[in-house]
Amino acid sequence: MIQLGLFYIAATITIASSLLAITRHNASHALIYLIVSLLGSAIVFYVLGAPFAAVLEVLIYAGAIMVLFVFVIMMLNLGAAGVKNEQQWLKPRTWVIPSLLCLALLAEIIYLLSSSNQALSGVVIGPKAVGIELFGPYVLAVEIASMLLLAGLVGAYHLGRRYLIDMRGESI
Amino acid sequence: MSAALTIPMEHGLLLAAILFSIGLLGVMVRRNIIFILMSLEIMLNACAMVFIIAGAHWGQPDGQIMFMLILSVAAAEVAVGLGLLLQVFRRFDSLDIDKANRMRG
Repeated sequence: MIQLGLFYIAATITIASSLLAITRHNASHALIYLIVSLLGSAIVFYVLGAPFAAVLEVLIYAGAIMVLFVFVIMMLNLGAAGVKNEQQWLKPRTWVIPSLLCLALLAEIIYLLSSSNQALSGVVIGPKAVGIELFGPYVLAVEIASMLLLAGLVGAYHLGRRYLIDMRGESI
Repeated sequence: MSAALTIPMEHGLLLAAILFSIGLLGVMVRRNIIFILMSLEIMLNACAMVFIIAGAHWGQPDGQIMFMLILSVAAAEVAVGLGLLLQVFRRFDSLDIDKANRMRG
């Protein structure tokens, strides 16, 4: 029954931080709540017996994809407004709630790791089974994913070029 | 296999549905492009969660493979989306999506 409790705590944290994320005025604060929400869903995946998916969620979603958001918010924050934002960061009320939610998730993962595998749900599908399946019957899907990522790379490179701004003067 | 799973599948699906609704609400309510992209991320994450729950329910690794595919879709989407966001900010000096509601040739 203990994994039920862990699942519901993580689910509550995920829902609460998602709600807080879409109601913030400041994009950076929303980003922190979104990262907490993704960490919460990683715990949900772990409790559900998908440890590899939980690791990927933290590494790629909460790590790589959120870093892109951070870079863009940094690029858009210019001049004195950025300095004012920096002062707001030091106020405790902006970081106390995400820290408490993160601490709850940390306590859960420490409990899960210290109690060996008892807290997991019945079937654990490890990385080995996923890898065998991924490069066996699903190898075509891997190729499609690689082409999709290449298309995303080319698209992002094209959209990020600066010459598109200069066209504004002619087209308007 | 499903007897071994102690977490009811319905509760997991309910969690995913709530997360998806939160993301949809964010897309419809917010007018800032950054928040719309974040809400899209929440929605994609909810979809991935459904695959994980189904994979755990039947004890098959296929759910996690679909999760990885959704992950790569999200990565590609966010790269293109943030590139578009930068272009909108350079053109309109604002992140308000309502300022970009006119199509010009």
